[in-house]
Amino acid sequence: MKPGHGEVLIAEGDLEVPEQHDELVQAFRAQLGAGMWAAVPRASTGGRREAQMVSNFDDVPVDADRVIFFPRAAGGR
Amino acid sequence: MLLAISASVIVVLVLLWEVAWPVVAEKIAQRRARRARIEVDGYDPGRERRAEQRARTLLRSCVNEEEWAMYRDLGFFRVWGALSEGPGRDKSGRGAPYAYLIYPHKPIVAYLPQTRRLLSEYCVTFPDETRPYGSARLPDSDDVLAKWMALTGDERRIIAEANMHLPGRQVDPKQVKRDLWRLGQWEQERLRSIHRGAGSVPSP
Repeated sequence: MKPGHGEVLIAEGDLEVPEQHDELVQAFRAQLGAGMWAAVPRASTGGRREAQMVSNFDDVPVDADRVIFFPRAAGGR
Repeated sequence: MLLAISASVIVVLVLLWEVAWPVVAEKIAQRRARRARIEVDGYDPGRERRAEQRARTLLRSCVNEEEWAMYRDLGFFRVWGALSEGPGRDKSGRGAPYAYLIYPHKPIVAYLPQTRRLLSEYCVTFPDETRPYGSARLPDSDDVLAKWMALTGDERRIIAEANMHLPGRQVDPKQVKRDLWRLGQWEQERLRSIHRGAGSVPSP
């Protein structure tokens, strides 16, 4: 998510392909290093949807089709 | 005699000046603030509109159909609270069901659905300090999605990050009450339409 732009594709690839896997890991770390939070939207019980916050690439569910990065929360006024 | 009256008049004028000057100064400052030109670096309404469209598409792809319809029709989300230590705990330690209302770029409002009692406001922002287009502010639907993901993904963390205030600090409680009433009406209408759909026979 970017102010003034909305959704921006950062990286995409196939986890089964080693080069693409490494590229995804690097992009993931770069985003978290830049202070972003990462979440994976997924279905929960009862037809509801929820997000799973992830702070490590290994925590990303293998069936996740995307990870969404958004700015870290800060207390507002 | 004349000297005494003159002195009295002067004293009265000075006292009036002391009382009136702060008010006058504030009015002047307000007038200047209203008339001041606010420079917005590179603000482009078209770009912002396109960003909001993209944000809405992303939001729709993340939430379920009911939640999307709620946001589309009412302009806010309801998210159920999941912490076991909710308000009004009983002997088993379980609190009453509670929920949050998520508005774009407004505090998250916690409330009790059974009584519609407002509990608190959680002021939280998601500023992007890189300011890629001169602003740190996400599009409305991205702000809502960020709150939704943070609340459903790690409620305790987002509540800890937010600044908590009593209800009514930023979001008008009357507006929230109206929104809760609208939400109730919306849910009833949705249930009716679902039942109508279930009972209808498709035309040949």
